Amino acid sequence: MSYVIEGSTGPWEIVVGLEVHAQVISNSKLFSGASTLFGGEPNTHVSLIDAGFPGMLPVINRGCVAQAVRTGLGLKARINLESRFDRKNYFYADLPQGYQISQFAHPIIGEGKIEIELSDGSTREIGITRLHLEQDAGKLMHDQDPKRSFVDLNRAGVALMEIVSEPDIRTPEEAGAYLRKLRQILRYLGTCDGNMDEGSMRADVNVSVRKAGEPFRTRCEIKNVNSIRFVTQAIEIEAARQVEIWESGGEVDQETRLFDPGRGETRSLRSKEDAHDYRYFPDPDLLPLVIEQSWVDQLKACLPELPDEKRARLQKEYGITAYDAGVLVAEQAIADFYETVAKGRDGKSAAAWMTGDFFAALNRTGKSIEESPVGADKLGAMLDLIADGTINGKIAKEVLETMFETGEAPLEIVERKGLRQVTDTGAIEKAADEVLTKNADKLEQYLGGKDKLFGFFVGQVMKATQGKANPAMVNEILKKKIHG
Amino acid sequence: MLTDLTIAQAAEGLRRRDFSAAELTKAHTGAIGQLNERLNAYITVTADKAEAAAAQADKALAAGDAPTLTGIPLGIKDLFCTEGVKTTAASRILGNFVPPYESTVTANLLKNGAVFLGKTNLDEFAMGSANLTSAFGEVENPWHRTGDASVLVPGGSSGGSAAAVAAHIAMGATGTDTGGSIRQPAAYCGIVGLKPTYGRCSRWGTIAFASSLDQAGPMTRTVEDAAIMLQAMAGHDPKDSTSADLAVPDYRAATTRSLKGLRVGIPAEYRPEGMSAELLAVWQKGIDMLRDAGCEIVDVSLPHTKYGLATYYIIAPAECSSNLARYDGVRFGVRAEGAASLDDLYEKTRHDGFGEEVRRRILVGTYVLSAGYYDAYYLKAQKVRTLIRRDFTSAFEKVDVLLTPTAPTAAFGRDEKPEDPVQMYLNDIFTVPASMAGQPAMSVPVALDSRGLPLGLQLIGRHFDEETLIAAGAALEKAAAFSARPDLRAGAAA
Amino acid sequence: MSLDPATTRRIARLARIGLDDQETEAVRTQLGGILGWIEILNEVEVEGVPPMVGTSMNAALPQREDIVTDGDCQEKVLSNAPDRAGPFFTVPKVVE
Ligand SMILES: [Mg+2]
Ligand SMILES: [Zn+2]
Repeated sequence: MSYVIEGSTGPWEIVVGLEVHAQVISNSKLFSGASTLFGGEPNTHVSLIDAGFPGMLPVINRGCVAQAVRTGLGLKARINLESRFDRKNYFYADLPQGYQISQFAHPIIGEGKIEIELSDGSTREIGITRLHLEQDAGKLMHDQDPKRSFVDLNRAGVALMEIVSEPDIRTPEEAGAYLRKLRQILRYLGTCDGNMDEGSMRADVNVSVRKAGEPFRTRCEIKNVNSIRFVTQAIEIEAARQVEIWESGGEVDQETRLFDPGRGETRSLRSKEDAHDYRYFPDPDLLPLVIEQSWVDQLKACLPELPDEKRARLQKEYGITAYDAGVLVAEQAIADFYETVAKGRDGKSAAAWMTGDFFAALNRTGKSIEESPVGADKLGAMLDLIADGTINGKIAKEVLETMFETGEAPLEIVERKGLRQVTDTGAIEKAADEVLTKNADKLEQYLGGKDKLFGFFVGQVMKATQGKANPAMVNEILKKKIHG
Repeated sequence: MLTDLTIAQAAEGLRRRDFSAAELTKAHTGAIGQLNERLNAYITVTADKAEAAAAQADKALAAGDAPTLTGIPLGIKDLFCTEGVKTTAASRILGNFVPPYESTVTANLLKNGAVFLGKTNLDEFAMGSANLTSAFGEVENPWHRTGDASVLVPGGSSGGSAAAVAAHIAMGATGTDTGGSIRQPAAYCGIVGLKPTYGRCSRWGTIAFASSLDQAGPMTRTVEDAAIMLQAMAGHDPKDSTSADLAVPDYRAATTRSLKGLRVGIPAEYRPEGMSAELLAVWQKGIDMLRDAGCEIVDVSLPHTKYGLATYYIIAPAECSSNLARYDGVRFGVRAEGAASLDDLYEKTRHDGFGEEVRRRILVGTYVLSAGYYDAYYLKAQKVRTLIRRDFTSAFEKVDVLLTPTAPTAAFGRDEKPEDPVQMYLNDIFTVPASMAGQPAMSVPVALDSRGLPLGLQLIGRHFDEETLIAAGAALEKAAAFSARPDLRAGAAA
Repeated sequence: MSLDPATTRRIARLARIGLDDQETEAVRTQLGGILGWIEILNEVEVEGVPPMVGTSMNAALPQREDIVTDGDCQEKVLSNAPDRAGPFFTVPKVVE
């Protein structure tokens, strides 16, 4: 799908690369034994190491290294058996040591790729440049005091994975699809919860524009954009700004910018004179990080099935459409739920019920799949009742709704409410006779050629049986009665 | 006098109950009371804590199974964080810092029963070779030239520790050595100073100067005492990723080891032009003593020696510029008043809090790491460092230990301090290469010069082979029979 | 080697060490001297020599288990704060 900005000098294409900071799921911090729990009392999940006290030293968390390796495997990336930690030196109130321990020259993960799906059904591959481990900073609060900002170091030292994409993204939609796919992979792997609201996934967006066929022009980095919607908006707005500058004969400055969604603009974050000079050098408190191939192999063997593979398998195994499979693998829990329901049943009908009435009911009640009052076993039991003719599809909708309200088993509801499908020929014949007698005028019209009225008779018979009649039998009996 | 005993003698006396730990500590705190005002060897004296610890020690001794250092009063360089006791690094910026934790090295000493007398003075953040940069005043060397009262520097940076041990106001003291900060003041003050292999003593809880070089070690009056103290200080620490996971050998046993067949290397490059005949003679005396003890003397070459100092003065400032970034007046330490903005707070706090030499080194380090200069300075220095290490590696294929002078001169006068910082840096010329390569090294006092000042010789060993240093050092000590004591010391006419 | 005043000021700014004009000039001269002296390293041929990384004789970085062993020591963390507001450290107001 091409996205162009029509400028006064012709069309411009956009070039986007993303740097995503994903917070690693771990119990303790990257270099200290303090807890990573979110939302503790200020400065409680803090060790003296995190607070940068004199003489404190970092010791790396093997769990965080494993998470980075898992993520690298999930991104089909090169795993670097030897990597290194550098210090990135700068002063800020949220950075207790005066430097961030990060991997600059030798990251743990090298090149990889992500396949994204677009709304027109096409797919594209976006390259991953690298993934490295680094420390998160603390948090500043500006609203409590007129003269002072407050510092809370609970987040300081939590492990982050910085995942850098190639500048392969060409449309705002692709940027959104990339982030969704990345988040999905991280969640499947259990390496990051992907929660952008709580800041556990944040994106720095590198944007430039160019005429078709040109080399890259100067890019700007928009820092810390915290939702997918804002990422796409920021790209559109920043690209338009750059086009305007180029077309009015100006130069785009390479700089860091901030996206202000309220004003719908990006603006420069710091002046040029104060440009950072991070003075990276290998952290002398840490040795090169060396991991064993056998350990990587072990982690690989324990990797869960990832979304792409799962979707292909579901399509093949359950005969469902690519679209339905895509919806069902959106989250691991949904896919698991689906497989429990579909196992030994009709996969297509399971998919139809889940993506239809079941999701609608979840949406209506504002519940996630994990909180669903109707478990996979109960939804499956309901499908069984349809399959063995105990209820028909119409009644099933009512049963499902009641299941959501009361949490009862489907058969219980059917019995309590007397919803069993009527398959008794006599009862249906009796209802059909009554309907035809009562509507003798309509019968005449029907016989006179108004074919559509057949549906009316079916409807009336169903109504007379409170919807419980087997619809196929109703059809058959009515046909026999009318046409003899 | 109790203050004249060595650690080994005192430990024996305590076990025999010839005297109590309380008496031993009292003798030292009393001497500190008399001498410290002049020497300024201690920044903080913890007499009350020491007496309480001594009382504990007496109980342990009475109970019978007291560890070696039980009741032994020591000085602790004020670079080691000590829980609940002010730790300043001799800097204004940490002038009020009370660590809520105990460094691994001091915790190890406490576990071994040691009594801490207080925190000894040093060059600010261990940056200096003369103890002239402390925010809490200069330290006086207890030695004086014969018939000359002028005040001499004790060397640095562990000058307070060296002066305290030499003046008998501590039985031993901890030091730290980044480019010679244990060995050079030991030589200037006529005592033994041992810098172990990098990684032998944990760096956890010791205020960092240059992380790839810093190493703690003992400063004592005898080689045996150094062995006893190192035994307690050393050991693997999982809290320090660079700490060596190796068993600590019985160092004291090494003091009586035979030197028969030991190959001693004499590096040609440690004989720079202009070296005093006196120092050359002392060095030769040391060579002869080791030969007499059964050693084989071998000439060796360490061709990159002359680049050691320049390499050091890139790497150490680079690391220090980063290590000292945490002193910003936000979480601990002294904060400048009246700052209007965050950057203003940083700039004022760090200007007022750091002394001139520390500021200078931070700036040099910032420069050599900055964009466009990293490759030319820092990276280049790290490559030269590889060559320096290779020099040692190949020398140790031929010999077991190296013998060199410790410092190019004896202690110099406080007024004779060179104005040019580079001239000052030359004091470390013989000590820096071993630091760059992580080798263990020790200074042993061997003789007095013609003006009555001690001169030391340096032994440099293979990685983690402190035992050979101790064995050779003990032999030198025995042959030299260095028994001179400074005029300014406990019990002497002050 | 001599250092120009602008570079000296930039370095002091990077290091967040406030210097007045006189101090800047003194530092400029001293740094120039030190950097000139360091140039002796230009004599050394380092073609193909790997940089030394750290000094430790350990082969590789030791790794700890992912368990909570530290933290929960708010009072210790704040015990030396030059200025605090309840459970927070403070700095002069930062405008972001
Ligand atoms: Mg970035
Ligand atoms: Zn980052």
